[in-house]
Amino acid sequence: MLNWWLPEDVSTYGKDIDFLFHLIYYITGATFVLVAAALIAFLVLYRRKEGRRATYTHGNTTLEIVWTVVPTLILVVLTFLSVPTWARIKMQMPKTDLTVQVNAKQFNWIVTYPGPDGKFGTEDDKTFDNEIHVPVGKPVKLILKSQDVIHSLFMPNLRFKQDAVPGREIPAWFDATKPGKYEIPCAELCGFGHSGMRGWLFVHTPEEYAQWVKQQWPS
Amino acid sequence: MSHPTAATATVHGAHHELGFVRTYIFSTDHKMIARQFLFLGLFMMVIGGILAMLIRWQLAWPETPVPGLGWLLTETEGIIPPETYNMLFTMHATLMIFFVIMPILAGSFGNFCIPLMIGARDMAFPRLNMISFWTGAVAGVLMLAGFFVKGGHAAAGWTSYAPLSAVPTYTGTDWGQNLWCISLIVLGASSMMGAINYITTVVNMRAPGMTLFRMPLVVWSLFITAILLLLALPVLTSAAALLLFDRTLGTHWFLPAGGGEPLLWQHLFWFFGHPEVYILILPAMGIASEILPVFARKPIFGYRAMVYSMLSICFLSWIVYGHHMFVSGMDPRVGIAFVLTTMVIAVPSAIKTFNWLGTLWGGSILFTTPMLNALAFVGMFVIGGLSGIFMASTPVDIFIQDTYFIVAHIHYVVFGGSIFGAFAAIYYWFPKMFGRMLNEPLGKLHFWTTFITYNVAFFPMHILGVGGMMRRIYNPTQYEFLQNLQWWNVLITWGAFALGLAQIFFVINFFWSLFAGRRAPMNPWNATTLEWSAPSPPPHLNWGDRIPTVYHGPYEYSVPGVPEDFSPQTRPLPAGAAAHH
Repeated sequence: MLNWWLPEDVSTYGKDIDFLFHLIYYITGATFVLVAAALIAFLVLYRRKEGRRATYTHGNTTLEIVWTVVPTLILVVLTFLSVPTWARIKMQMPKTDLTVQVNAKQFNWIVTYPGPDGKFGTEDDKTFDNEIHVPVGKPVKLILKSQDVIHSLFMPNLRFKQDAVPGREIPAWFDATKPGKYEIPCAELCGFGHSGMRGWLFVHTPEEYAQWVKQQWPS
Repeated sequence: MSHPTAATATVHGAHHELGFVRTYIFSTDHKMIARQFLFLGLFMMVIGGILAMLIRWQLAWPETPVPGLGWLLTETEGIIPPETYNMLFTMHATLMIFFVIMPILAGSFGNFCIPLMIGARDMAFPRLNMISFWTGAVAGVLMLAGFFVKGGHAAAGWTSYAPLSAVPTYTGTDWGQNLWCISLIVLGASSMMGAINYITTVVNMRAPGMTLFRMPLVVWSLFITAILLLLALPVLTSAAALLLFDRTLGTHWFLPAGGGEPLLWQHLFWFFGHPEVYILILPAMGIASEILPVFARKPIFGYRAMVYSMLSICFLSWIVYGHHMFVSGMDPRVGIAFVLTTMVIAVPSAIKTFNWLGTLWGGSILFTTPMLNALAFVGMFVIGGLSGIFMASTPVDIFIQDTYFIVAHIHYVVFGGSIFGAFAAIYYWFPKMFGRMLNEPLGKLHFWTTFITYNVAFFPMHILGVGGMMRRIYNPTQYEFLQNLQWWNVLITWGAFALGLAQIFFVINFFWSLFAGRRAPMNPWNATTLEWSAPSPPPHLNWGDRIPTVYHGPYEYSVPGVPEDFSPQTRPLPAGAAAHH
């Protein structure tokens, strides 16, 4: 496999994305090798030689059917393999009691936690700049908003990317599988400060996370 | 001004000698307009290329002074500031797409090839044709003017996503973005005029015997391109007008504060933008389909499959645009429909590739410079096409969207595809266009240096993209997860610089041959299509007294029973020879 190529995956659905990536990589890679080999072979075999005339043919219907149907089948199969993973990531929100709002603005991620009451817009809400803290092994629901232009929350290690669009609240989720500190760059051009607009995702062990919550909401 | 000379007196067309202005500036001759579009495109390519070099400097050695640029960037002593960097990539793409590839492929070779290859004396509407070029030139001037206004040129990406592009304070650009909109609106008018002209000419002006299925594939490709231009450009024009209104008149088409919708811009832009990709690549497909049979000395393999695959691209290109918006916030259920259509649009491209291979099979291949460029087109287009499949798969797209994988893909399609196609066309039709041959050894030197450095410059971008490097970032070294990938950026930049330098061979060859190249015979490549039955360069109205009559399809090479290995369309095939069409 090519895991040295992709960043380390620390999410529950990342392996499904990586599987599709590698599947397409091998299919397209094999196709490229075959086409390139045929191309080079033909160029060598059929280079101009004195006394030999080119074969006179206008085509072959059987071949046309074969090289229309075979790629179509492969691509339709890839479609049917892609859709369930897509549905799982973007359309099926797992049940969770941890919801975090990320309100993007030029050039920061404003992260809001609802606090112990679990409701946004109340007094115990707490806001952080460019820091998301989550426990490992628990689905986290994100609500993405933007105050100005379009931004895109990208967590390469979690195979997560979702645009934040002003005027909309876009739900998304992830479930981290390994504690650590992971970068959150902005992936959509958002102005002169686009480069360098980034935050950090802190994935804690359950104990560490409980401690962090206690520090933020001491009562 | 008119004084007939001996040379023009021998041309029996019903015309009189035109003055300098009518011949070289406000010409209605499709061949002169073709040359004008070519020079416009090549001039803009130099500017777009220089912008690319500056982008590459910044990405390899971020925030270090660009050698020799201290006089221009006085405040930063030669360091490119981030807002300038955003302007560089915005304008690099804008110029290359709208003012290099479209003028050269659709503008120049559309104008040059269509009348000459269907046996017409000129376009259906010669004066409209002239207006189309000059409208395009005005659009070019407006676009370049943006570099000189306060606040700099447009800096919201060539895709100009609203609201970033819609509110001046978000980018700091003021009239730059406005001129960007105005220029594209003007260019849209130019494209419309050209498209109407091409379509009318192909439908109405074909020579006797030139049935639709005897048309050369490059004419088919330009015809289909014209249909896409006619239907796609008005969408961009409308979107650019709405964006301009948001910026200047206080409307809120794309601004949620006033009830507008940012995604509306993306829907409009990509509804234009995806057909646009095929506007850029279809003519190059046609050019490759034209050149491969000539130098393989073989009929094209699967002529009808080639035509039908282009027609299916023409249709499908309207219903795939959503794959640009998988993570935009568009309803994910809509995304599913676009997965299927996007996967399926790869099929016509696969069919074309296999037919190009079939054309080479059993050929008698001559490696001329146009042939080498056409072969590079096939090889590079295969890479660009295959990398597109990654984006079609929505889950994979979540990761690679907005990374250098996309940048690699687009450059394999529009440089590896369209630009190699453009070079192939220039090397192939230069003798007909200017009446002189290009220098072959210099052409081959240009080809090999370009081909190698191109791959050094663009292939590693796939690796950066898979590593997660975002596109349009000013400084990749700001990110921890990209630290160990930075050496690829340095390598890419050296490749890009070498690629830029390799183009000097082309410039020397082009201008030297223009004035001092060997005089071109009427049919230097022993080709079969109609343009090679006119003098090099063809006179005004192309043929003398009579336009040619067409007896068979365009690719009758190595016909059994014919002594030569090519049978021009103007010459009937001998009875008993394997006739086709």
